[in-house]
Amino acid sequence: MTDGAWGTQLQARGLKAGECPDAWNLLEAERVEQVARAYVEAGSQVILTNTFRANRLTLAGHGLAEKAAEINRAGAAISHRAAQGRAHVFASIGPSGKLLMTGETTEEELRAAFAEQAQALADGGAEAILIETMSDLAEARLALSAARETGLPVVVSMVFDSGRNKDRTMMGATPEQVARELDEAGADALGANCGSGIAAYIPICRRLRAATGRPIWIKPNAGLPELIEGRTLYRTTPEEFASHVPALIEAGANFIGGCCGTGPEFIRRIVEAR
Amino acid sequence: MADLTKLYDAILNGDNKTAVAVTKEALAENADPLEMVTSYMVPAMDEVGKRFECEEYFVPELLLAARAMKGALGLLRPLLAELGAEPLGRVAIGTVKGDLHDIGKNLIASMLEGGGFEIIDLGADVAPERFVQAVKEKNANVVCLSALLTVTMPSMKTTIEALKAAGVRDRVKVLIGGAPVTQQYADEIGADGYGSSASSAVPLARKALGK
Repeated sequence: MTDGAWGTQLQARGLKAGECPDAWNLLEAERVEQVARAYVEAGSQVILTNTFRANRLTLAGHGLAEKAAEINRAGAAISHRAAQGRAHVFASIGPSGKLLMTGETTEEELRAAFAEQAQALADGGAEAILIETMSDLAEARLALSAARETGLPVVVSMVFDSGRNKDRTMMGATPEQVARELDEAGADALGANCGSGIAAYIPICRRLRAATGRPIWIKPNAGLPELIEGRTLYRTTPEEFASHVPALIEAGANFIGGCCGTGPEFIRRIVEAR
Repeated sequence: MADLTKLYDAILNGDNKTAVAVTKEALAENADPLEMVTSYMVPAMDEVGKRFECEEYFVPELLLAARAMKGALGLLRPLLAELGAEPLGRVAIGTVKGDLHDIGKNLIASMLEGGGFEIIDLGADVAPERFVQAVKEKNANVVCLSALLTVTMPSMKTTIEALKAAGVRDRVKVLIGGAPVTQQYADEIGADGYGSSASSAVPLARKALGK
């Protein structure tokens, strides 16, 4: 049982739109720890870290590139403290936001940024690295290679939301291609997160399971976001979400949690339904 | 003799090298740059847009095609300017404040440029004031707003409000687009048009300007 969304939880505790969430590891560590603890209390066996965008390339946009290592170390330490041995801490590394294909960044620059992040997370006490919400297999592989240097286990999760059947990554890769390449590149576990909802990820899970022997990580959204009267809402309720979990388990998922739009209540429902 | 269907194919297949080579060859033979754009390059990008919508093409194919288009256009632009080819309009385009996603925006910019519009690309995370500035200082008469996140869509509303506050709202047509954007939202915030696909960009812009 993994955890749910952190962004919305931080927003509920005062994070403003446009504010850098990862900087809260230094500025509002107590509130970040509250989110982590809420998931541990709800029954998460694996919690993540508030470091999703904490690579120096993305932090540069907030003028915080030089704080990258510190922010990541703090993020891992906060989750480690909150977990208190009751949950494992998998540290989150998200996409850089820059496309290799357009030359916005180079392989060297990207790899160095991920390596810095991964090492700092390891230094902060992470037990494993989770590379998540990736849309570009090339970037995911760079992050995987960098993360493996820490010696920690590495999970790689990609977003499948494109193509006629919404079963490909934005760049066009299929679940089979992703599973094969990441397995060969040494990912210890692999899977899918974010996307358009939990039902859509059941067939994706099945296809990943059929293509690799590695453990499968699935962390779907609570549906697609909608702007209703100025607020962003996700339509899937905790009950609905939990109702799909048995099918997801049957489809071969080994790690299950929720992404955007989910919270501790979702985790509680899933745990209760077991 | 330069075969311009090779230019069409090069753009469709994202082959920048061939697009540039064929363009150079054609220009050396005094081919008409305007005809090259309207009869070969724009139709190629239209087809690219269609294939993306049919989900045969993904982002990589899109980017490579746009790059090939840009490569060829780069050679033609000075000649088109010389010919006094007036742009159909001046478009200030950007991804709105708080949003860094620009693939869609870049594609639309390419489509519009190929379609005969002058592009003022403001990039991503663009504050409303910068759109106002583009209208005032660069005479943009079309403002194209892009957003990929539901949470940044409200920036489209504040941009329109900033245009009103600056007294330039009626000098421009505001067009919006992006994955979470809808016609309903466009109507709600008083945009002049909404584009759901890359291939709708040029017709929408032309319609908005009455051309």
